Amino acid sequence: MQTPAPFEYERAGSVDDALALLERHGPEARLVAGGHSLLPMMKLRLARPEVLVDINDLTDLSYLRLDGDAIAIGGMTRHAELLASPVLGEHYAIFHDAERVIADPIVRNRGTIGGSFCQADPSEDLAAVGSALRAEMVVRSTGGDRTIPAREFHTGPYETVLEPAEILTEVRVPIRPGAGSAYEKVERRVGDWPIAAAGAFVTLDGDAVSDVGIGLTALGAPHFCAPDAEDALRGQDVTDENLAAAADAAAEACNPAADQRGPVDYKRHLARELTLRALRRSVARARGEAGGG
Amino acid sequence: MQVTMTVNGEEVTRDIEPRLLLVHFVRDHLGLTGTHWGCDTSNCGTCVLWMDGEPVKSCTVLAAMAGGRTIRTVEDLERDGELDPIQQGFMQCHGLQCGFCTPGMLMTARWLLDHDPDPADADIREAISGQFCRCTGYENVVRAIRWAAEHPDGLGSGEAVEPGAADDSAAPGDTASEEVSA
Repeated sequence: MQTPAPFEYERAGSVDDALALLERHGPEARLVAGGHSLLPMMKLRLARPEVLVDINDLTDLSYLRLDGDAIAIGGMTRHAELLASPVLGEHYAIFHDAERVIADPIVRNRGTIGGSFCQADPSEDLAAVGSALRAEMVVRSTGGDRTIPAREFHTGPYETVLEPAEILTEVRVPIRPGAGSAYEKVERRVGDWPIAAAGAFVTLDGDAVSDVGIGLTALGAPHFCAPDAEDALRGQDVTDENLAAAADAAAEACNPAADQRGPVDYKRHLARELTLRALRRSVARARGEAGGG
Repeated sequence: MQVTMTVNGEEVTRDIEPRLLLVHFVRDHLGLTGTHWGCDTSNCGTCVLWMDGEPVKSCTVLAAMAGGRTIRTVEDLERDGELDPIQQGFMQCHGLQCGFCTPGMLMTARWLLDHDPDPADADIREAISGQFCRCTGYENVVRAIRWAAEHPDGLGSGEAVEPGAADDSAAPGDTASEEVSA
């Protein structure tokens, strides 16, 4: 039987309540949202918080809405809700591509976008999506709100810039009219963490790429992104050669580790191939082609 | 700590350790052993029950987190001695062999049919993609769920159907040409 080490349980009734509990209990307190990453780690004693602050009653953090020039997603919005959102699918198919291959439908009923970012798993799918889209994280403490670019949010495996008494309240994704986006993942079996995955968006100006974002996960890419690959493609025409050059640069940005999911060469090959597929599909979607899926 | 929740329509209150998992709460504290305890890692899905109307893997929910919420377990499917159509479907189509995965399959399938009364096979396979069956190869599980979709009132009154005779395609040897992807 896998059982977490003993801890004290608190339930927050509001964001202010959660912040007060975090301040009272100090750095050994952890927020628990869906719990489908944290509780397994607690069972394995890889995580041993002294206090768990349950934020599942914070339903006011469960929303997805257009807010000016961005899509605002509440931190407690669950995977199943992201997958079901037509607004998200209309603007960023990458989210739906990714959500379809995150765990399974039952787990997606519980897991949240905020938990996914804050757990900071080095193989997290949504981390690659957030980096590809250059999302922003809105974080609250008793001192007020601050906004952190997705590409500065993660500082390492299971580590973020969050202070002990901060809570991720909202993820903001800038809307880019006409953008096409896609997510490509290779996994060992349905619902598993990725062996490797890549996400992308492109906006086009005629045949030229006016803007591009590339995100990578499970591949050791710093901050889940590949800025050199984006620079190589931005302003260039959409040609097989240019897309391939960007994919090569994305593979170069990776530093994969050999593990039971595969050796380094294989993962680097996947980084290139999946980036290429994500870019091609993003272009097809930006052009409104049926092949974009 | 003390936790109170509604389980299968009845309010229950127990003293628990905060680290107690919901699956052990319903099995060991309430004696509802229909919910099975399997992999412990939110992979196998045999511990699926409903919390506030949605299927969840109860090995990855704390009993404390279920406080104040509404739980429905597999024991609640049968009504007045009559099995739910989904349970009848598993009987009719041989949707189980050892039966270990069955409680989770039943709870997920009931939820699916409540929200999509006529799912395509691909939808059924997607719905149970978070659940393992190591006996049936999933073929008969999918048939069982489809049977329940086609018989929303179950066998009904007076309609006698021999076990296994409801769906001729369930005959052994008839699966070779079908894609197995669940």
